[in-house]
Amino acid sequence: MTPDDVAYLVHNLWILVAAALVFVMHLGFATLEAGLTRAKNTVNILFKNVGIVAIGLLTYAVVGFNLMYPTDAHPWIVDGVLGSFAPAGPAEGGQSIAYNGKYTYWTDFIFQGLFAATAATIVSGAVAERVKIGPFLVFSAIYVAIVYPIVGSWKWGTGWLDSFRGVGFYDFAGSTLVHSVGGWGALAGVIVLGPRLGKYVKTNGSTLIRPIMGHSMPHATIGMFLLWFGWYGFNGGSVLSADPASVSLVFVTTSLAAAAGIAGAMATSWLVQKQPDLTMVLNGALAGLVGITAGADVIPVWSAVLVGLVAGVLVVLAVVTIDRAGLDDPVGAISVHLVCGVWGTLAVGIFAPGKDFVAQLVGVGSIGATCFASALAIFVVLRMTVGVRVSREDELAGLDRSEHGMEAYAGFQFFRTQ
Amino acid sequence: MHLIIAYIRPERLNDVKQALVQRQILKISVTNALGCGDEQSYHEKYRGADVEVDLTPRVRLEIAVNEAYVAKTIEGIVEGGRTGEDGRGSDGKIFVLALEDCVRISTGARGDDAIG
Repeated sequence: MTPDDVAYLVHNLWILVAAALVFVMHLGFATLEAGLTRAKNTVNILFKNVGIVAIGLLTYAVVGFNLMYPTDAHPWIVDGVLGSFAPAGPAEGGQSIAYNGKYTYWTDFIFQGLFAATAATIVSGAVAERVKIGPFLVFSAIYVAIVYPIVGSWKWGTGWLDSFRGVGFYDFAGSTLVHSVGGWGALAGVIVLGPRLGKYVKTNGSTLIRPIMGHSMPHATIGMFLLWFGWYGFNGGSVLSADPASVSLVFVTTSLAAAAGIAGAMATSWLVQKQPDLTMVLNGALAGLVGITAGADVIPVWSAVLVGLVAGVLVVLAVVTIDRAGLDDPVGAISVHLVCGVWGTLAVGIFAPGKDFVAQLVGVGSIGATCFASALAIFVVLRMTVGVRVSREDELAGLDRSEHGMEAYAGFQFFRTQ
Repeated sequence: MHLIIAYIRPERLNDVKQALVQRQILKISVTNALGCGDEQSYHEKYRGADVEVDLTPRVRLEIAVNEAYVAKTIEGIVEGGRTGEDGRGSDGKIFVLALEDCVRISTGARGDDAIG
């Protein structure tokens, strides 16, 4: 074998390993969301997470990949804005070095396809415990098949944002392109659905926020660790090669930002809530990870610590603020993925040398407006036609019983009083 | 002294508690229970097979009160626990038992003093 062959082997293998790590993030989301919701809704939340992996991968094969990455065979329909609708499949060289010298067509497909599925899964936690399963899956399918790849193409498919103002918008692994996309969908869903029963109680003219506690902190914690583990593939694989210099830097910035996110959330929750809150530091780690994702390969190591620290502080303040605004997000998806996704993308304009802050701002704004408007439209149409929320009785009985006729903890007793 | 035992719908516990607090009844015990009464059984599915669930989740309240509070306690449980829905099954039952004695462990106080 020539040295080029050996390099090809290593590059290709690393991207495949990274894809498998991104896959593990779905287990992370499933356990985190299950842990932060009530025991009577566990089958439902697990069902959504399983369904979304299938929806994400299948729609990406049917339209997503070509929509997001226009090629000579499947060119732009509207130059730099809208790619073509065609199923995935290599023109030629799909399984050889000829694709781009580093990895095969199918390696590229599976890595990007698993990314697409993560964007859709972010929404599921925010709308948990009250959304109807059918309409939710319909929303996810439309959102991940159409909206995610189109806005993704603007940057990663070398669309208009990639060369905007010369320097271009920069989003390394998707603080905006993946996490904010999911976050905007989550925000739209939460607005259309309204809060869970019993979350906001009106007494004597004032509204009291009554926390609805998740049923398993061990699950939530396992979820955070699995997501962090998977993030090594999410960010590390986004180098799109096994280049030692870049991959090693990305591993370090990613880890330090997550660690700093924990530190920031710990300090903030201790100060604001008087006691250190485990769920807040779990969110803090994820906030740091989401925050560094846009600039993991270009932000210097010590700035990465600062990015993570700010994300950790932001996420705690965002959770409290969003809660008080009457937006009921059971797992903090909006705070983690939207707020810190925006922060991380803007942080590239602040900390990374040679990047353009205005371009970052325009990227956040244009993608945000498109995603929020689309998600809102899909949810509103679903609400007007089939309805998006389960009945009061079904919500009280729990979605496991009402939507699935099945229990997560058969033979166990737990309180269904909330 | 009486011991009042009530089986209510789990989701009504909050309303029952509020109704009791309004009547100055602050000391209650709550446990989970399964029961079958007038309510219809419901069906679950497991791996393609139908499962008839005839034991419905309920919450059991135990409230020990002095004579003067018996009527108020019953009133509170009924007010908070009644759904007013017909055909969806029972809202539960209240049992009232005469209570022989009551001992407060921390002080050794007995009877009416211990309950209050």
